[in-house]
Amino acid sequence: MTYRGPYKVRVEEKDKPRIEHPNDAVIRVTLAAICGSDLHLYHGMMPDTRIGHTFGHEFIGIVDEIGSSVEGLKVGDRVMVPFNIYCGSCWFCARGLYSNCHNVNPNATAIGGIYGYSHSTGGYDGGQAEFVRVPFADVGPMVIPEWLSDEDALLLTDAFSTGYFGAQLGDIVEGDTVVVLGAGPVGLAAARSASLMGAGRVISIDQLDYRLEKAASFAYAETRNYTHYDDIVVEMKKTTGGLGADVVIDAVGAEADGNLVQHVTSAKLKLQGGSPVALNWAIDGVRKGGTISVMGAYGPLFSAVKFGDAMNKGLTLRMNQAPVKRQWPRLLEHIRAGYLKPSDMITHRVPLEHIAEGYHMFSSKLDGCIKTVVVPGS
Amino acid sequence: MPYTADTPVPPPTAEELRARVPGWGADLDHADRPAWPKERFAPGVSGAHWEYPDEQQPREGRERSIEHLQLPPVFGTAQPLHGVSGAIRRFAYDRFSEGRAAHWLLLVAGDRVESTGAHLRSLLTLRPDNPVTETGVLSELHRHPIASRRGRVDVRHQLLDPVLVAGPWVLAGGVVWMLGRRLLRR
Ligand SMILES: NC(=O)c1ccc[n+]([C@@H]2O[C@H](COP(=O)([O-])OP(=O)(O)OC[C@H]3O[C@@H](n4cnc5c(N)ncnc54)[C@H](O)[C@@H]3O)[C@@H](O)[C@H]2O)c1
Ligand SMILES: [Zn+2]
Ligand SMILES: [Zn+2]
Repeated sequence: MTYRGPYKVRVEEKDKPRIEHPNDAVIRVTLAAICGSDLHLYHGMMPDTRIGHTFGHEFIGIVDEIGSSVEGLKVGDRVMVPFNIYCGSCWFCARGLYSNCHNVNPNATAIGGIYGYSHSTGGYDGGQAEFVRVPFADVGPMVIPEWLSDEDALLLTDAFSTGYFGAQLGDIVEGDTVVVLGAGPVGLAAARSASLMGAGRVISIDQLDYRLEKAASFAYAETRNYTHYDDIVVEMKKTTGGLGADVVIDAVGAEADGNLVQHVTSAKLKLQGGSPVALNWAIDGVRKGGTISVMGAYGPLFSAVKFGDAMNKGLTLRMNQAPVKRQWPRLLEHIRAGYLKPSDMITHRVPLEHIAEGYHMFSSKLDGCIKTVVVPGS
Repeated sequence: MPYTADTPVPPPTAEELRARVPGWGADLDHADRPAWPKERFAPGVSGAHWEYPDEQQPREGRERSIEHLQLPPVFGTAQPLHGVSGAIRRFAYDRFSEGRAAHWLLLVAGDRVESTGAHLRSLLTLRPDNPVTETGVLSELHRHPIASRRGRVDVRHQLLDPVLVAGPWVLAGGVVWMLGRRLLRR
């Protein structure tokens, strides 16, 4: 697929990606997914999104070609690829900050490398395509274990790993009350993971009832539809006996709703780097001394965040793009133990040729859509 | 209530939670959490077998943030800079750090210039931009457009989406029409 300007994408024939570096691989994509992050691109919110760019940072596939220095993969391997592009050897990678690699993105030092995520993340075409160039093939991709299904593997390339990472940044201790804002794939995964870390109560907040139903069944969470409350912050206080939540996870990001002015100035008019509605609810709904984990993505421009309250309340704010591959060994254990089934959040499967409709459906949240899988060549 | 030292709403017991949620508490111990601590010095576990990667070629002309002291060894080669939008973007990269609003605002301006140009140019090709297929609105037909939106507050500003997509074109069309009329009247 290629980007044609805000709200417009189409399928086009392009040259097949080549090996451009000795440690590159070319992967033939077997499954890809559309992510909430792709919506920021699709809506034209991410600076330096070029016409003709191919989106897609969640994909699995078969190794089609490898560069001369690749040791760990061979042609024909079935691999999952983390959404991060990273070298494995720079100052940041040496410290496990794979999502903050310094060796892969000339366009910005503040952002690491991401597949199919504009030039602000390095200018790499993504995986909502038949083939994709995968740099540092010995570092990012992993051969999918025999027993793991394609769809579970696909969900580990971003959404589930990101939610799991987000819960860890919350520094949850036994008995904590954890509020998760947003019940999209990332929020569902974060809510599910909070229990693994011993949360006493998990409360999922969204505006879409069908997603909240999923939060109850998939993540065993209590739910609140914020549109049913005059002020959701007051409800967060009431339900915790006036204390506020110990941990709040923002799994909404730049297009947050719930305040028309904030939403329209950022998501529609692009005057802010992102609508901070959810982040501001997190700041006000968390208890004093509590922790906020931000998984929601925001653009590089400023946003009207209520920083004074965060300071006065003595909050800890933790955040990052998820270093996906670090999560895999442990998540694979949990899946194998039967605790988790990430693919349960998939609601739609569309052929690559119909991807424009897939985007519209996901963007407008039609037909109970939670996670859309894109199938090339079907 | 928080006016005394006790936690106002005590959580369910571990036994209750374990019985209700599969895997509850499996990662209670921080040592089992793969992202803890977030920063952990461990070179050599990543699979990289180099101290500094080979440098991808060719390297000339690739735009970069002036906060980078050198061009990183590896980079994307999709959609190289071109035309007017390319000049705007290159200026943004060459002149302003990522710390400056001007850097990002110029990049956004470059995006709008490029997409407008691309739409206009596409009208001269065998495959002009098609607002119906490219926006995917046809999915409305079989995706329960009304039931899906019932009772939702975000629908209020979804109404703005078509305005944002078509608005500038209608506006530009109007301006052209008015100018045209004025010129003809002379
Ligand atoms: N940190 C990372 O590594 C990383 C990775 C993937 C995605 N993300 C980001 O995570 C966010 C969520 O991704 P997703 O795929 O789940 O997206 P999504 O669009 O499917 O989900 C967002 C949900 O938030 C809800 N919402 C909107 N405003 C809200 C509000 N004020 N309060 C509560 N809920 C609200 C929406 O109804 C929707 O269900 C996005 O911003 C995405 O960019 C970050
Ligand atoms: Zn994603
Ligand atoms: Zn690195």
